[in-house]
Amino acid sequence: MTSPLRTPLHDEHVALGATIVDFAGWEMPVRYTGDIAEHTAVRTAAGLFDLSHMGEIAVRGTDAEAFLDDALVGRMSAVALGGAKYTMMCAADGGVIDDLIVYRRDWDHYVIVANAANKDVVLDELFDRAEGFDTDVEDDSAEIALIAVQGPRAQGIVMEMTARGADDIEAMRYYTAAHVLLEGDVHAFVARTGYTGEDGFELFVGADEAAAVWRLALAIGEPHGLIPCGLSSRDSLRLEAGMPLYGNELTRETTPFDAGLGRVVAFGTEKNPRGDFVGRAALEAARDAWKASEEDGASHARRLVGLVGEGRRAARAGYAVLSPGGAEVGVVTSGAPSPTLGRPIAMAYVPRSLSEPGTRLGIDVRGRTEPMTVVALPFYTRTA
Amino acid sequence: MANVPDELRYSAEHEWVAGDLAEGAVVTVGITEHAADALGDIVYVELPSVGDAVQAGSVCGELESTKAVSELYSPVTGEVVEVNAALEGAPETIGADAYGEGWIFKARLTAEASDLLDSEAYAAITE
Repeated sequence: MTSPLRTPLHDEHVALGATIVDFAGWEMPVRYTGDIAEHTAVRTAAGLFDLSHMGEIAVRGTDAEAFLDDALVGRMSAVALGGAKYTMMCAADGGVIDDLIVYRRDWDHYVIVANAANKDVVLDELFDRAEGFDTDVEDDSAEIALIAVQGPRAQGIVMEMTARGADDIEAMRYYTAAHVLLEGDVHAFVARTGYTGEDGFELFVGADEAAAVWRLALAIGEPHGLIPCGLSSRDSLRLEAGMPLYGNELTRETTPFDAGLGRVVAFGTEKNPRGDFVGRAALEAARDAWKASEEDGASHARRLVGLVGEGRRAARAGYAVLSPGGAEVGVVTSGAPSPTLGRPIAMAYVPRSLSEPGTRLGIDVRGRTEPMTVVALPFYTRTA
Repeated sequence: MANVPDELRYSAEHEWVAGDLAEGAVVTVGITEHAADALGDIVYVELPSVGDAVQAGSVCGELESTKAVSELYSPVTGEVVEVNAALEGAPETIGADAYGEGWIFKARLTAEASDLLDSEAYAAITE
């Protein structure tokens, strides 16, 4: 057993009284004050998250775009400078190795953000897949801290944190990014991205400047209602927003099509064809099977659905989904009592024939069946 | 560090017991501050019913938070004589006052509660 890793903000979390848990080999704050208060702050004002456990992998070189077009299922050459793209790395058999956000920082420079638990696997795959390309793959995870400011007040807070470039923050569209200078002479790469279902920003700064940026965000954010938020609220926020979590909705045994995310796979068009990429043949087969099951309603095909409970007991990952007749027909991938809806919510894989919104199913919650209804994802959509 | 009052007795499943532990006595049961902290905000409590026979070490209810769910194990063997019905509408009371207003049920012991831990022994297993 290796000793747990700590982010550059570990001392800040301890000083704030956070409850620290092991997460993917990292000592991370699970909460500071309370899960629901933190969840609600992000929905109504703003929350501050330390995401420095996530992996940052830089890809540079003349062939950077050709390499990533081959290595990932999305077409990274089509991402504009300063743009970001949600994508996945798949195996040759179409299984998801990780879901990723890729930022294009220059014509020959991309940054890939990978899940903490998958960073080493993604890195090894990138090294393997880079063979034959004039490109350089580098793990910058230890040098970069990632701090997220999320919530309806995030824009105002990040603008106030910015010494040079506040206009760029204001003008920034969702899934784009820019370089700004934060108060305290800190250079930051700021992206309008997140994992909460709210507007928000993710700030990439040097590890040695992380504590200063964290404190700046707390000081400026506090009058706006910002509080530090742990991994527990991050999970309930992403679940309400219907966003998949690797290890739950996405695994090596699922394809992007299984998870309802086939749109992230770019096969190319007649006008704009795309060449081969890792997993292409298997993913074409997965797409064709998915399309066929849409037409004939084949019950063997599975779909990721949202379920809302009528009672109070929540489903949790791994619980069995039951047909109205009581037969086991699927499995819950994530579930929790939704702080925003005030009812239990879950995501689950079920047969295509039982995936229509309004379908009534059950979930075996520790020996008792709780009634659930299929709903369209996401559970929560922000209004502003 | 979570508070572990000296005057209570504890189970390894993180319940506390207050009162005389002899057969026939009525004890009060709750979960420890350590357990409440680990669960986070409790949003739902399934209480045992008055009249239920509970067995030491057996499940008699459940506690659900946003993050996790935990079964409630009875730390004693006896009959439930009262439940804290206020928790149905205000389950967060457990997190706010685990050893006071957040008590869960009272039971009349049908056997002496002999296998409980003192505060020092319980504190040692939560370290």
